[in-house]
Amino acid sequence: MIGGLFIYNHKGEVLISRVYRDDIGRNAVDAFRVNVIHARQQVRSPVTNIARTSFLHVKRSNIWLAAATKQNVNATMVFEFLYKMCDVMAAYFGKISEENVKNNFVLIYELLDEILDFGYPQNSETGALKTFITQQGIKSQASYLISKNQPNVVYCGTHGFLFVFLWSCFVLQHHTKEEQSQITSQVTGQIGWRREGIKYRRNELFLDVLESVNLLMSPQGQVLSAHVSGRVVMKSYLSGMPECKFGMNDKIVIDKQGKGGGSEDVAKSGKQSIAIDDCTFHQCVRLSKFDTERSISFIPPDGDYELMRYRTTKDIILPFRVIPLVREVGRTRLEVKVVIKSNFKSSLLAQKIEVRIPTPLTTSGVQLICMKGKAKYKASENAIVWKVKRMAGMKESQISAEIELLPTNDKKKWARPPISMNFEVPFAPSGLKVRYLKVFEPKLNYSDHDVIKWVRYIGRSGIYETRC
Amino acid sequence: MTDSKYFTTTKKGEIFELKAELNSDKKEKKKEAVKKVIASMTVGKDVSALFPDVVNCMQTDNLELKKLVYLYLMNYAKSQPDMAIMAVNTFVKDCEDPNPLIRALAVRTMGCIRVDKITEYLCEPLRKCLKDEDPYVRKTAAVCVAKLHDINAQLVEDQGFLDTLKDLISDSNPMVVANAVAALSEIAESHPNSNLLDLNPQTINKLLTALNECTEWGQIFILDCLANYTPRDDRESQSICERVTPRLSHANSAVVLSAVKVLMKFMEMLPKDLDYYGTLLKKLAPPLVTLLSAEPELQYVALRNINLIVQRRPEILKHEMKVFFVKYNDPIYVKLEKLDIMIRLASQANIAQVLAELKEYATEVDVDFVRKAVRAIGRCAIKVEQSAERCVSTLLDLIQTKVNYVVQEAIVVIKDIFRKYPNKYESVIATLCENLDSLDEPEARAAMIWIVGEYAERIDNADELLESFLEGFHDESTQVQLQLLTAIVKLFLKKPTETQELVQQVLSLATQDSDNPDLRDRGYIYWRLLSTDPVAAKEVVLAEKPLISEETDLIEPTLLEELICHIGTLASVYHKPPSAFVEGSRGVQHKRLPGSAGSGESVESPDPGAAATETPPAVIPSQGDLLGDLLNLDLTPTTTTGPPPPTTSGMQMGAMDLLSGGLDSLLGGDIGGNPAMGAAFGAAPATMPASFNAPGSGGLDDLFDLGGGVGMPMGALNPPKAVWLPAMKAKGLEISGVFVRRAGVIQMEMTLTNKAMSVMTDFAIQFNRNSFGLAPAGPLQILTPLSPNQSIEPLNNLQVAVKNNIDVFYFSCQYPISMLFVEDGKMERQVFLATWKDIPNDNESQFQIKDCHLNSDAASNKLQSSNIFTIAKRTVEGQDMLYQSMKLTNGIWVLAELRVQAGNPNYTVSSVALAIGPIINQNGFENGFTNQAL
Repeated sequence: MIGGLFIYNHKGEVLISRVYRDDIGRNAVDAFRVNVIHARQQVRSPVTNIARTSFLHVKRSNIWLAAATKQNVNATMVFEFLYKMCDVMAAYFGKISEENVKNNFVLIYELLDEILDFGYPQNSETGALKTFITQQGIKSQASYLISKNQPNVVYCGTHGFLFVFLWSCFVLQHHTKEEQSQITSQVTGQIGWRREGIKYRRNELFLDVLESVNLLMSPQGQVLSAHVSGRVVMKSYLSGMPECKFGMNDKIVIDKQGKGGGSEDVAKSGKQSIAIDDCTFHQCVRLSKFDTERSISFIPPDGDYELMRYRTTKDIILPFRVIPLVREVGRTRLEVKVVIKSNFKSSLLAQKIEVRIPTPLTTSGVQLICMKGKAKYKASENAIVWKVKRMAGMKESQISAEIELLPTNDKKKWARPPISMNFEVPFAPSGLKVRYLKVFEPKLNYSDHDVIKWVRYIGRSGIYETRC
Repeated sequence: MTDSKYFTTTKKGEIFELKAELNSDKKEKKKEAVKKVIASMTVGKDVSALFPDVVNCMQTDNLELKKLVYLYLMNYAKSQPDMAIMAVNTFVKDCEDPNPLIRALAVRTMGCIRVDKITEYLCEPLRKCLKDEDPYVRKTAAVCVAKLHDINAQLVEDQGFLDTLKDLISDSNPMVVANAVAALSEIAESHPNSNLLDLNPQTINKLLTALNECTEWGQIFILDCLANYTPRDDRESQSICERVTPRLSHANSAVVLSAVKVLMKFMEMLPKDLDYYGTLLKKLAPPLVTLLSAEPELQYVALRNINLIVQRRPEILKHEMKVFFVKYNDPIYVKLEKLDIMIRLASQANIAQVLAELKEYATEVDVDFVRKAVRAIGRCAIKVEQSAERCVSTLLDLIQTKVNYVVQEAIVVIKDIFRKYPNKYESVIATLCENLDSLDEPEARAAMIWIVGEYAERIDNADELLESFLEGFHDESTQVQLQLLTAIVKLFLKKPTETQELVQQVLSLATQDSDNPDLRDRGYIYWRLLSTDPVAAKEVVLAEKPLISEETDLIEPTLLEELICHIGTLASVYHKPPSAFVEGSRGVQHKRLPGSAGSGESVESPDPGAAATETPPAVIPSQGDLLGDLLNLDLTPTTTTGPPPPTTSGMQMGAMDLLSGGLDSLLGGDIGGNPAMGAAFGAAPATMPASFNAPGSGGLDDLFDLGGGVGMPMGALNPPKAVWLPAMKAKGLEISGVFVRRAGVIQMEMTLTNKAMSVMTDFAIQFNRNSFGLAPAGPLQILTPLSPNQSIEPLNNLQVAVKNNIDVFYFSCQYPISMLFVEDGKMERQVFLATWKDIPNDNESQFQIKDCHLNSDAASNKLQSSNIFTIAKRTVEGQDMLYQSMKLTNGIWVLAELRVQAGNPNYTVSSVALAIGPIINQNGFENGFTNQAL
């Protein structure tokens, strides 16, 4: 298991050093600095073995987090833990920077004592930790005066943070006996990510479907590869211990229901269902239930979390089609025409559209004509960048460029890198639809209807390229 | 006010100031001071001088302060053990605190203080905390047992904490279960044979239930523990798999990979025609692909593991080539790993795509990555024959770029392509020769020289080219020098007339001016060859080379199997067994896949030869256990087992000595006596060719039995073979064997199994000098070359060296001493009596044979058949005394007295040996019994 955990700044100075095992000595701290942080070469592996001690490290901005061990540890677990550790720190004091780490070093030691025992990761859900590690994180920016992560916060109003009660730093001994056993049962319990007794005046749920669509298309418009990687991100402000059930147009579920239901229903919903290649869930989701019934049920953590990630490769709606036309006129001139077509409902608007057309290294001058938006030739990036703020569905727009080239005697042809695109659209390119999100709270008397739910779909471009 | 100021105090006299502040009356000031101390400690300053002052702050109501003091204690207690004792009382008191968080904190911290005196005080509080009503305290205490075990293993055992820990596996709280499992797993690792984690279907069921309920970390502990279990049958295996598969959808990559490990392992036990087997294979692919969208460090670990999985079960990811294409902003370590997997997955179906990608990569910036991409193109050519031509032309294009390292890398791979497809692409040699001057790396130079030498007859100016290399001969690396020597000799053999001078020059450079022994020796060999028999030289140097295999750098199968059992861990990242990087006893046990499928078997084709390779698992039963088992087999177990009388330790020592060959000096000149083993070897080769033709392993066994039957009419005893030389140690050659005595001849039977990729030939065997002068009576005859995964049965051995075309391997094996008793070991009664009296008492030793339910007559009969002869028998006070003699192959007489008491299953043996010290061992006697037991 993890023998020691160290945090360094960019210079390699130790900010935090916590040793869990006898086999890791003080010299380990220096070994990592000398061999990895101060190494001349760029990092060649996140796992380094120095004198029979293995170091596994991650970097957040300028900060290095390294775990040292002499055993054959589960490396995947160590990395997952280091990321979790970053999340926990971020939840307590915001951005992980040298200043913040130094400001909060006592808090970090207290956290490390709790979430890593003898090198074994323990419950590291911030929700639970905050019930008994109550030190306030110190943030560098003054605007963060009020921490939304405080345990004793009552949310009111539409979006959350209007009214805040802060109980000043609340020392443990002051918990009552019931509170203490409640804390311990939560930390060790089945629902380690949520504490009991949360109360909101207004029960609200925010659900975001965030997708990134990736495409590689041939110049003739043939799809070479396309996939969507999506995430369902939630913010829940719900009282008590609500039981939630999330439903989407998953092909497997719809087909199963279709068998029982009317034939009309099948025809209708069959079209709209999507085939999900693979998905992973937050630990609150009951995986065995998903495996057998394919239903997604869970008791949500309080606040922000990522409920699921998924990947689809079939029947993807490609929001834009790029049609390139490149003509070489003689040896010193290129004519480029690029048409983009939006391929979604005309009532919807795409935003932040950017088309990047690579130009040869020998470009000496570019003349551009575009019907919409702004276009610029950026010599330093060897590309023409065409930006359009908004574009409705079922429209098309084009740009034409004349590129002057320097005459060279280099026989090597220009490799013609693909044209890439960036955009944001208000729907899910995978076709995913949220069918329902039901909330049941058996003990408190609010029903599913009383919960205000907000659903939003955002599709962004991942690597969206068309060869020319 | 922020805490960062504590990092900046660098004043002189700081310690003094801190001391004053620590003793201040104001609480706030105290706390500030402790914070400063911790900050100094973090940056590596020595603040141990403040020990008493800091410890004084321990008695406080402020939990934050308390935790800081504890942190200080953990760091410095070891350097000040006497002072640390001061803290004990507070700990003990805190362990009784009504607040569970404080109880847990105290027990957690106490376990981290590695001071013997404190550990003593820890036991009582720990025992209470293990049974605490609060799960939070119990889960902390469970880990504390592991801590204590690390400090003082004996104490943990003596105090019975291990049993309490085992009980916690049935705890109602899943997190307690998870921590108990983690602690037990770690403790079990340092006691390989203890069977601490006694996994049975009931506990497995409990673990699987807890799996659904505990934290992500707990799930990892449980899954890693499950992976060590071996199910009894395929049905159990399937039911566990079914309960583990839902974990594949967990957001935590470590949970996913640990689940993959369990599934990969248990899958071995499922019959391949089972529907579920196919379903499982299909279920494994998507989660593995999803791992590639995790953070880069996790991707790296995942890719290293996928590399293993793809080698073991290529069918899982064969359609997923695209996801391994390199992305522009991947970190270099991810890029390199992806490249590796791309080559492994390359097949005729996707080669066009792969080549297009690789060509793209070859123009990137990172030198290592480009090199590897170029090399990958070459490997594709070797792997997919249809693509070879395209690959070669791509490589030529790359050579045209004249980028130095690209050219060099291309030349190295082209050499391999030449070897794979001889006489096909030699037309490119001209292009290669143009780039001769730009080669500055030894590997590329050596490859080029090899090409020139190999195709000297087609290169007009080969002699000039090689001569130009020869000028700087002494500055070249050994690799290049050796290659140059060989190439010039090849050239000479091809064009003897023009190159005589050149060859003489290189030979004298290699033999006279070089101090590298390899080079010198090779030089002399060539010289001798050329001067004595040029025709033979031609045959040797220009011999046809075997084709190189398709897949290069595959991990050796036994290692691969072990690494599959370590999926997700550092071993799988390094691609090395844990013993290679973990110190001490931890992790030294070799894990293996469960074997319904057989260990050496290839995944797709269960060929008949595979069954033969099903040699006993790596666990080598110690001689004692084995014998014990056999004895029980023969004799009906009775309920009357007397108390085992103590064994004389002197005897055991003697036995050890004998086996370890320490007797050499004692036996002195007698070593010359060479027991005849000729007959055994004479017979063995006769059966061998036949057995090779036998279709399956069954045939082999039968034949072998036949051979044994002839030799030993009184019912052939076929003791199980033990693995003498594991394949891991010997580049794929596994040897298992056993000693038997048949018809007055000592025979060594060996099974040689080839678990490597290539064919093994040219076997030879030799023994080290040993006490009883055993030596092979005939040469090791293996007629056919041993192709991969084939094994051969009969052969008849101590320290043994076995040689083949790959290397020489050494191992040692024990032979039962009863082998050495010769048939004419019966001594005359009078002589016996006289000798018995003459031998000084020092030469006598005693030991006991336990659990032998034979009466004296039966025993005597049995022993006789092992050449232990009963000379006389007498009965004194209900005990039968048997006087026995035996003679060893080297002519030493051993006399023994065997006392048998009716109803007592334990025999007492006193033995004396003639003229030499106390010998004859228990082993010999027990063997005598066992031999007849079957």
